[in-house]
Amino acid sequence: MIEARHLSKRFGAVQAVHEVSFVAADGRITGLLGPNGAGKSTTLRMLCTVLRADTGAALIDGIDVARDPLEARRRIGVLSHASGLYPRLTARENIAYFGELHGLSRAASFARADELVARLELGDFADRRAKGFSQGQKLKTALARALVHAPRNLVLDEPTNGLDVMAVRSLRRLLSDLRTAGHCILFSTHVMQEVSALCDDVVVIARGTVVAQGAPEALRSGTGQAGLEDAFVQLIGSGEGLA
Amino acid sequence: MNLRGIFTVFRKEFLENLRDRRTIITALIFGPLLGPMLFSGMMKFAMNRGEATQTDLVTIAVAHGERAPNLLRFLDSRGIETEAHDYDDAGARAAVRAKRHKAVLLITADYAERFTRSDPAKVLLYVDDSAQQTGRDLTRRVRGAIEEYGRGIATWRLLVRGVDPLASMPVAVDTVDVSTPVSRAALLLGLLSYLIVLATLMGGLYLAIDSTAGERERGSLEALLTTPMARAQILYGKILATSSYMLLSLMLTVTACAVAAHFIGLERYGMSANLGPFAVLAIIVFMAPLILPAAALMTVVASFTRSFREAQTYVSFVIMIPALPLAFVNMLELQRSLPLMAVPSLSQHFLMTSVLRGESPALAEVVMSAGVSLALGALLSWVAGRLYEREAILG
Repeated sequence: MIEARHLSKRFGAVQAVHEVSFVAADGRITGLLGPNGAGKSTTLRMLCTVLRADTGAALIDGIDVARDPLEARRRIGVLSHASGLYPRLTARENIAYFGELHGLSRAASFARADELVARLELGDFADRRAKGFSQGQKLKTALARALVHAPRNLVLDEPTNGLDVMAVRSLRRLLSDLRTAGHCILFSTHVMQEVSALCDDVVVIARGTVVAQGAPEALRSGTGQAGLEDAFVQLIGSGEGLA
Repeated sequence: MNLRGIFTVFRKEFLENLRDRRTIITALIFGPLLGPMLFSGMMKFAMNRGEATQTDLVTIAVAHGERAPNLLRFLDSRGIETEAHDYDDAGARAAVRAKRHKAVLLITADYAERFTRSDPAKVLLYVDDSAQQTGRDLTRRVRGAIEEYGRGIATWRLLVRGVDPLASMPVAVDTVDVSTPVSRAALLLGLLSYLIVLATLMGGLYLAIDSTAGERERGSLEALLTTPMARAQILYGKILATSSYMLLSLMLTVTACAVAAHFIGLERYGMSANLGPFAVLAIIVFMAPLILPAAALMTVVASFTRSFREAQTYVSFVIMIPALPLAFVNMLELQRSLPLMAVPSLSQHFLMTSVLRGESPALAEVVMSAGVSLALGALLSWVAGRLYEREAILG
């Protein structure tokens, strides 16, 4: 379970995130929807301890990330905005490296990498160096890397960016499987279709604050709009920066 | 302290960079091979030239040689051959300026007459003093030969007049060179110390940049920071990896230099360098402690640049810093002393040159040098680790 409590973050004169609160529950997919620059990435970065919140708290399975960041990181898998693979390591080595950093032995890391290679279907390119991977191959490898320590919680920052239709479909299928297995999944997106296709809960964020949250259907009926997309546009105040 | 985690980072950086051509070239090929090659080539050239100017036959042009046949015969006996040309003053100037000859010797019309009267008989030596070193060496040699001829004549004249020729030499200077073959070579090999420092730093250059600025530019830093490793410890692993490449570079460079010195054959030139296996080992041991502060410094600087390119620019400047104290050695004519052993880089320079000179430095000096360098390295690593805790590291 991932919980944000009144998170705020300021960069110089810019208030990037202001009093953001929400809960992403286990066994559910929660979408963080908002236009570009709304504060989605900043919020996620605070949740996964890369940034420190100015005020407020972030909890992973009830653990305050500010108080025990290392334990929080053990319980969370992160797919950051850029896939960020090491170009001179193979896909398998990229995955196993993170396993070792998470405290697995070298042998256990490679065993776990083998498992993920099979499960995420990386077989064709698992032993090729990451330099020159397609967006889809990069994403799959980065996702396997985020799952290497079998975390209960998974945070993904704009995971479908730059993916072709087939890759998006396989990602959706995978996230659904993880949900079924009881994982807590939180991902950010500016693509409304992603939300309607995947999410159990939506947190709509604009200009650094939460403007609405709940099940997609509840949000739609709350605004009185016929379609979900019109509901989002109305909540955010404009369709700018959405897709 | 999560030692296993630090080792994991170290091993990954070490292996990953073995696959990077740029790192391999700068760390394991460029410094260790190009340095000594350049160095030995330079020395060989300098020494060959030094030998050549003393013994080789040279030819100069002579105008109106018939006016001074004895002088020409003397020059010939000193390895200076003459080639008769019919130049006047303007012709001689033009010939040298047009580089038809390196030197033209013109015997003046009243040479014989003045010679007979015991007045100074004039010869003109036309040279181009702005030409290369070889041109100036030739001038010196021809002048020397003519003066030697003149001294011989002067001695005869004094004897003829019943004067002891020694009366014309009120003071005699003899230079006594006390330098030993080893110390003469060390003068040249002082350059080696600088080369070794530079090559060692070069060895860590790309790794320091790649593991920090490069990691951020590729976007992998953010993922790395979400692993349960303290940020400072991630950085320690990276500094260790950088240090290991520098150590490899150091070992290869020193070994390569020893081989190069052997290949030059310093003994032939009355010099001997103390570069046996034991000296190689001593140099590596004395130099190694400098690696830690240098690696930490490069890592700190590279961490706070915005891009790989920017990091390259700044770190290249940082490489110059350890070379600074070496410049002061010559300017201030510093000698090895215990307090100076507290200056990193300078102390390593002194220790290395003393090994090359065949001297053995005091234990206190070695301990001081290594202790201060390692302490500075630990401090810089700690600072680097602290800086990594800041958010600005994400850029």
